[in-house]
Amino acid sequence: MAKKIVVDPIPRIEGHLRIEAKLNDSNVIEDAYSSGTMWRGIEVILKGRDPRDAWAFTERICGVCTTVHALASVRSVEDALGIDIPANARIIRNLMNATQVTQDHLVHFYHLHALDWVDVVSALKADPKQTSVIAQSLSSWPKSSVGYFKDLQQRLVGFVESGQLGIFSNGYWGHPAYKLPPEVNLIAVAHYLEALDFQKEIVKIQTIFGGKNPHPNYLVGGMACAIDPNKDTAINIERLSMIKKIIDDTTAFIDQVYIPDLIAIAGYYKGWLHGGGLGNYLSYGDFPETSLADFKTLLWPRGAILNKDLKTVIDVDPRDASQVTEEVSHSWYTYSKGDGKGLHPWQGETSPKYTGPKPPFEHLDTDKKYSWLKTPRWKNHPMEVGPLARVLIAYAKGDPMIKDTVGLVLSKLEVGPEALFSTLGRTAARGIECKQTAGFMRHYYDQLVANIKTGDYRTFNSDRWDPSTWPAECKGFGYTEAPRGSLGHWIHIADKKIKEYQIVVPSTWNASPRDANGNSGAYESALKGTPMINPEQPLEILRTVHSFDPCLACASHLFDMNGNEITSVKIV
Amino acid sequence: MQSNQSFADVFRAGGVSRRDFLKFCSLTSVYLGLSPSMVPSIVEAMEKKTRTPVIWLHGQECTCCSESFIRSSHPTIEDIIFNLISLDYDDVLSATAGHQLEDVRRKTMKDYKGKYILAVEGNVSIKDDGVYCMVGGDSFLNTLKETAADAAAVIAWGACASFGCVQNAEPNPSGAVPISDVIKDKPIIKVPGCPPISEVMTGVVTHFHTFGTLPELDRFGRPKAFYNTRIHDKCYRRAFFEAGMFVRSFDDEGTRKGWCLYKMGCKGPTTYNSCSKIQWNGGTSFPIGSGHPCIGCSEPNFWDKGPFYTRLAEVPFLGSDSNADKIGVIAVGAAAAGAAAHAAVTAVKKAKAGSEDNDKA
Repeated sequence: MAKKIVVDPIPRIEGHLRIEAKLNDSNVIEDAYSSGTMWRGIEVILKGRDPRDAWAFTERICGVCTTVHALASVRSVEDALGIDIPANARIIRNLMNATQVTQDHLVHFYHLHALDWVDVVSALKADPKQTSVIAQSLSSWPKSSVGYFKDLQQRLVGFVESGQLGIFSNGYWGHPAYKLPPEVNLIAVAHYLEALDFQKEIVKIQTIFGGKNPHPNYLVGGMACAIDPNKDTAINIERLSMIKKIIDDTTAFIDQVYIPDLIAIAGYYKGWLHGGGLGNYLSYGDFPETSLADFKTLLWPRGAILNKDLKTVIDVDPRDASQVTEEVSHSWYTYSKGDGKGLHPWQGETSPKYTGPKPPFEHLDTDKKYSWLKTPRWKNHPMEVGPLARVLIAYAKGDPMIKDTVGLVLSKLEVGPEALFSTLGRTAARGIECKQTAGFMRHYYDQLVANIKTGDYRTFNSDRWDPSTWPAECKGFGYTEAPRGSLGHWIHIADKKIKEYQIVVPSTWNASPRDANGNSGAYESALKGTPMINPEQPLEILRTVHSFDPCLACASHLFDMNGNEITSVKIV
Repeated sequence: MQSNQSFADVFRAGGVSRRDFLKFCSLTSVYLGLSPSMVPSIVEAMEKKTRTPVIWLHGQECTCCSESFIRSSHPTIEDIIFNLISLDYDDVLSATAGHQLEDVRRKTMKDYKGKYILAVEGNVSIKDDGVYCMVGGDSFLNTLKETAADAAAVIAWGACASFGCVQNAEPNPSGAVPISDVIKDKPIIKVPGCPPISEVMTGVVTHFHTFGTLPELDRFGRPKAFYNTRIHDKCYRRAFFEAGMFVRSFDDEGTRKGWCLYKMGCKGPTTYNSCSKIQWNGGTSFPIGSGHPCIGCSEPNFWDKGPFYTRLAEVPFLGSDSNADKIGVIAVGAAAAGAAAHAAVTAVKKAKAGSEDNDKA
């Protein structure tokens, strides 16, 4: 007799996600359902507003992957209006984007994901001497003395004995799926705290150019920050030196803490290779070396892989109406020509209609509609997006840095490339990519300095700033690869205002409910076949879901702006 | 030892007298090799209150407030969550999930009835039984009411919980409202901004912990320590405003010279926040400092006061000693008198593009 378990709320993500899973008699997951349980309707709110303001509204879709929607938004408006941005603006945006990915991945690994693999309470039993020996064998990171670990352990003991466990309350401590020895747990706890302290430094690069973080400021046509090495009121050598130091420190932290921890922890879990899922991967690509339209120069390549076939990378065009579509057969919306008919974002339509149970409820009716997320498909295939997709596409295309780093990680773990198609592979890909984007930060810093040296201080193209220069009507597409995957903004401008605005978000690709053909999305697919030791403590579900780094505020705001009124909501 | 007891409580419960407790503290100092002058510190530590339990709920939001919170340079987030408060329930950092996490929330509500702090990030959707925001199989609306009932005080983090943020902007399709529309019987500390500055957020928590009282609030419920003056009043570009030296196009010579961004749409003159004083991310910069006009993100309904790059119709010249209370009084008075001039700035009106060329200064 199959039983159904519910995990809701799911913490250590962004937003509100619910998983319902059916288990067989042996406690193996037979089927899983992913539901986004919040909706805000931001595209509706954008309608009729100034397109130059859209970046600020869309940026507020997510404060964890802050900046990514602002970036996609200004790119969509610039695409619509035919604006080329100055080289400095392109470099600064790339640097801010690389900063975002690097910081986001680091925070994900330690603060959103590590506790699925690390048993905090077990660290109390560690021998500080042995811990120090292990830490020093892993890396040259200086905080590795016996005294350092002893002091930390004592603080941890005091914290636990206070009886107030705070964020660690009611954790699955002692669960048999935790495999790390106490000493490695203690190292991981130390680095959890160090990373918590350090992550705030990385984002200061965004503050220098964008004035604040989270939610730095962007600008249609370039960037608002002025450059002049001979003024104290613009980006000068003091600001550049601060950026350079942050990049140096970030690189050191990733090379000496994150990557060694990733390899050490993964080494104890390489027997747990569940969570592979779809085997279909998509990336729009990002980090343009020249114009964004010339996607052959993107440092993160564009492409798609189907059925784990690393020999074939298929071309992708998100502007093509037959490629990227969304349908709502299992989402709380209706379409005029049938909920199961996929519509390209430029042709999309909207009518939210909640047909789920009235809260409070025990279970959703997963045979019918069960999520505020729509169901995006690429050429009718469900796709996984994110670090694993990007790394596999770069690997398949022969990117030398990715090939080397993937090879190094696989050889250290003594596993083959097939191990990448798993929860652990997803987590490893994120680390590999974080090392890569720290390198991008240096690359863009060097580019920026070199360009300033030529005497080019421009950061903004004012040609199309004045709405009187705009065409009566135009459409644009802006994209980025956010930390969590492919993000697209489709804008339609008419009479100097936003007529339609549509967004297809990474976590919608990954967390979507099933489509009209019954095909599961990436989360649902990845959970199937996973054995659970104790269904009451759903650690295995958290592992796999967290490996995607869910961002549900992004995923579940979705709404087109085709002029349809919002219908009233009927409660069934 | 029960979770809400100090060591002194445990001693008392075990029948140990105050005199014996003090003797124990003296002996402890000897065992630890400390000087007699340290005894009072030990007594204080043993009698120290438990860390204040905090339940941090997330409604309709983007988590930028949590992200800002963990960026605090002083105190650090580690110090906050391990030494000052007990963050028992939080969507971002909590280890456990599902009903185990809900159990933690209910246990804290029971064990610390009337003593815990409820921190809320996000709007609450009140439309259609709250189906636009559901957590743990219930509406956020129900969860918020339930959790607020026995809270000692409520903190409204950010523009969302304080005033209603982006999802609350016209036409507000999901019926998103600030938490004060739902919680009527508790003190609510409003900490607006999208997000608030990290040191302002941790400052509110630390104030409570250090002084044992809520910070003094202005008439809108905002801590005076952080929201008492306008960004304009302490802006380093203020002198250029007074001198009539304005940026007229992004990336012009005035931009590089750091001239005033008022004509680019800066909302600093009507925005109460600490950006121009504390600045952001450990004092690294702030929006105007990086060349972009303030969008007024700590003001009520700022999303509907745009467009962002259209300048304010009028700036209230009230000097830097004016505070939010005074301006509020003037706004109310002016509106009552039918004099729309000042109210246009303070009473949440859209700046009109048509008055663009009405240069002040």
